[in-house]
Amino acid sequence: MKLLWFHLMPYTELPEDFREKNPSVWVDIDSGLFDPPRAHLMYNDFMDELEFASQCGLDGICVNEHHSNGYGLMPSPNLIASTLARRTADTALCVMGNSLALYNPPTRVAEEFAMLDCISGGRLIAGFPVGSPMDTCYAFGQNPSMLRPRYYEAHDLILRAWTEGRPFSFNGRFNQQRYVNIWPRPIQTPHPPIWIPGGGSVETWQWCAERDYVYSYLSYFGYKSGRATVHGFWNEMEKLGKDRNPYRAGFLQFVGVAETREQALELYREPAEYFYGRCLHVDPRFASPPGYTTEATIRARVESQVAKAADRTSARANLSIQFEEILEKGYVIVGSPDEVAARLREVAIDLNIGHLMLLLQFGNMSKSLTMANTKLFAEEVMPQLTDLFDDDWEDRWWPAPMPRQQRAVPNPVPERVWA
Amino acid sequence: MGVKGPEAQTVAVNGAPCRVWKKGAGEPVGYLAGLGGLARWTPFLERLARHRRVVVPSIPGFPGASGHDQLDSQLDWVLAVHDLLHESGLVGASLIGASVGGALAADAAACFPGLCERLVLIGPLGCFDEADPVTDVFAQRPGALSALLTTDPERALEATTPDGEHDPMETRVQQARASEAAARLLWPVLDTRLAKRLPRIQVPVQLIWGAEDRVLPFSYARRFADRIGGPSETVRIDGAGHLADLDAPEAVAAAVERFLD
Repeated sequence: MKLLWFHLMPYTELPEDFREKNPSVWVDIDSGLFDPPRAHLMYNDFMDELEFASQCGLDGICVNEHHSNGYGLMPSPNLIASTLARRTADTALCVMGNSLALYNPPTRVAEEFAMLDCISGGRLIAGFPVGSPMDTCYAFGQNPSMLRPRYYEAHDLILRAWTEGRPFSFNGRFNQQRYVNIWPRPIQTPHPPIWIPGGGSVETWQWCAERDYVYSYLSYFGYKSGRATVHGFWNEMEKLGKDRNPYRAGFLQFVGVAETREQALELYREPAEYFYGRCLHVDPRFASPPGYTTEATIRARVESQVAKAADRTSARANLSIQFEEILEKGYVIVGSPDEVAARLREVAIDLNIGHLMLLLQFGNMSKSLTMANTKLFAEEVMPQLTDLFDDDWEDRWWPAPMPRQQRAVPNPVPERVWA
Repeated sequence: MGVKGPEAQTVAVNGAPCRVWKKGAGEPVGYLAGLGGLARWTPFLERLARHRRVVVPSIPGFPGASGHDQLDSQLDWVLAVHDLLHESGLVGASLIGASVGGALAADAAACFPGLCERLVLIGPLGCFDEADPVTDVFAQRPGALSALLTTDPERALEATTPDGEHDPMETRVQQARASEAAARLLWPVLDTRLAKRLPRIQVPVQLIWGAEDRVLPFSYARRFADRIGGPSETVRIDGAGHLADLDAPEAVAAAVERFLD
């Protein structure tokens, strides 16, 4: 299986009484809480951590897009990914991703992803999220009733921009361009692998199956609450006559490893409570803009227990913020390396997940703890997992980079720059 | 409600069905509903139907109508409303528009001189002033919106719930669809650039404002009155919220009748 290291880039210094004094970490979060010089240090720590994960041998490193968000400091994940392309060698760069409907024209995504693919020598995984209501409809003002049609149209335009060998005109419902002709073009052919981060919508599952894309369930609520959704996904694949190749799917899990379980419990309490208590303090006013949820999904949520369990708003409504409950509900897996490996193996097999995305930094976790967590994970947990599925299944959704010897080697930074 | 409901017909707008309610005899007057639309006949409409032929076409996406998902631009919306009024036999009649319906009625009147004789706007949306913003009706906690629209927190919800037997699932989907239709027209700040076109309205206009409107500040009444090309009068209704005709059917109907007579 493939193990990917995911960074949300949370602001790590939200005040202790954040939850009491602020209605939301997202959309209308108090801009006075943002301290740019502190953020300078945070960004650089976060990028060090991503690079360290690559050095530790993780298969991929992931960044994502959020706006007006206290737990996600990457309005443009592409900026981060471009530096990672220079400072890492073999790791897949998973940009998870660009919210297609936010880009005008969406050709911008085709261009920037092509740039990243070129700079990295073909290591890009292209994530195409619709985007959360908070990011797209509230922070960016997109019309929720048109978001999905815009998303699908943007997808079609980007695919054509990547694959058509000559300039073309695009006369879409929402986008008109007389000359589409991206320059540069991606290294990977016909294009970088496309992964779709999604919730529990049957339509998204069907679309992924039809287009042969990876479906990635990025929930903050762990394997127990994600179970119903991921099993729903596989049931749908079976209905559609698709195989159970575990690499069709991705799943996100928070993990904290230490030498012993006792140490782990002590180390990860604060960052976990910080994340669930402060970072997920989202005002429900921003959860359901009219039209964001399709009528089919509204019906499914009323009718089906599977979909109900997958309803993110209900998970948020019952959010646990005490460490004991966070562990009990499986939001975060902590323990000794052997315990964590055993649990993750069990989860990967049960959910049939070939691409496991790990949040080894979460909440206000420091750089030193993040690196210790990452190192221990890479050295003692990862070897117990990597063999999974590889004898039976091929990962057809993994980047195909240029041969190593043909790839550029960036100059090291001369000592005098920092002197 | 204990009264006999209206007769219902269906007309097509862009090929999509739109329900049209009709009741009463006499001079026709049209009514375009506000946020949420109407799933049942209301006391305000009943009162008006005593002396008039009241015609209530449902805006695309509101209860009884679909086709909102084909409307991508303001031009699409205004043409749809024009066609809806045309199909409902309302060309040349007076027109009442509340809230969302007010934004569309005003735009149709501005774009098509002669389309309506007199115009009544009850808490019309469609304009936005950064210095005195309209409440964000699209960012409300579950269940909070309907309570925001009327002084009695149950009243707006009741208006969007069919009386008598109904499938709760279908009602829920219908309510979500009506919210979506409004958002499709008005997202994100409820400004359709109507202010630009208000000077084109040359017919007499009555502006009705709920004195307890928690959505639309009263300053917007002045904004409308100043911009509208023809004569206008403004009436404040005590004890009424944004959907004033739901809250104070008698008082609003009395004011409207006086204006139309």
